[in-house]
Amino acid sequence: MYYVVSLAILLTMILALVRALLGPSVYDRVLAVNLFGTKTVLLVSVVAFLYGRPDFLDLALAYALINFIGVLAVLNFFQNSERNMAKGPAENRKEAG
Amino acid sequence: MQIWLDGISFVMFIGGGAFVLIGGVGVLRMPDLYTRMHAASLTDTMGTLLILGGVIVQAGFSLAAIKLVAIALFLLVTGPTATYALANAALLSGVRPDAQTLDGESAS
Amino acid sequence: MRVWLTLALWFATWLLWSGLYKPLLINLGVLSCLLTLLIARRMGFFGPDVFSLHLTGRLVPFWGWLSKELVKSNIEVARIVLSPRMIISPTVVNLQALPKGRVSQAILGNAITLTPGTVTIDDYEGQLIVHCLTCDGARTLQAGEMNRRAAALER
Repeated sequence: MYYVVSLAILLTMILALVRALLGPSVYDRVLAVNLFGTKTVLLVSVVAFLYGRPDFLDLALAYALINFIGVLAVLNFFQNSERNMAKGPAENRKEAG
Repeated sequence: MQIWLDGISFVMFIGGGAFVLIGGVGVLRMPDLYTRMHAASLTDTMGTLLILGGVIVQAGFSLAAIKLVAIALFLLVTGPTATYALANAALLSGVRPDAQTLDGESAS
Repeated sequence: MRVWLTLALWFATWLLWSGLYKPLLINLGVLSCLLTLLIARRMGFFGPDVFSLHLTGRLVPFWGWLSKELVKSNIEVARIVLSPRMIISPTVVNLQALPKGRVSQAILGNAITLTPGTVTIDDYEGQLIVHCLTCDGARTLQAGEMNRRAAALER
């Protein structure tokens, strides 16, 4: 039964990769990569029990931490690098609300 | 007894796998960035809860179960935080949501 | 007091995780706990409006209610994704956050994002902008039950 759920997670990771390749914007790709990362955590914890190696769970936890920090760092990088925006953050905020 | 536990975690695995797959399909099918986030949060909540819950049932009372609960809690706290950071970064750099406001007029 | 409580909690977690009680590892644990303490202090973690272990007891019924909402909205969104013509009506809602504290506002925002079908896209001085997948979801959100329950966490 572990095989069924691993297969489902692997399929979802492929779908996320397709979305990461299709884009269209940077944020779509970051969303797909974040999805890929959280699914990796689930996959590692299932595989830990599939092979009877509970110490894999530490790897899953460490991966979850790295994934979260990594996504935040990438977002911060893109937010800072878009210097030639047509409007400032405050205007964008007001127009959406 | 073991049969019952196996049955419970099998059902949870099937449910979790289904939700994860549906979320993945949704991320591909949805039309724009903000609607894709809704599909992604599908895998982040029910997918995570059901799959890790199924593994916890298999683990029983042990250190592994505590670690699994910690992983689940961590994912449930950081998942929405990362989603919010992503949505806010997109909004502040000018990605318009293609949406109406509640009164019915178009916001974009 | 707060500092000592946090330190004890972290060190207990370290001992639980490592499971090895050699002097070298315990010393490394003490060192990393102290380092984390230093960084957390610099981030203002122990400020009066941020440090909130006292909320823990009241969080449990909130989580119970939230998980019920989670199941409902998950099934809702899954139905939308699977239907051949996805019938969505994306809606943006402005919401005035009832909770005053920073922590409980963050809890409210995260709870809204956690339920599929609603994503907080902005939180600025207590004004939330929420993106909803359907018009109905926007209406239930504006009825404000989640808002009230998050505000009740503070008292």
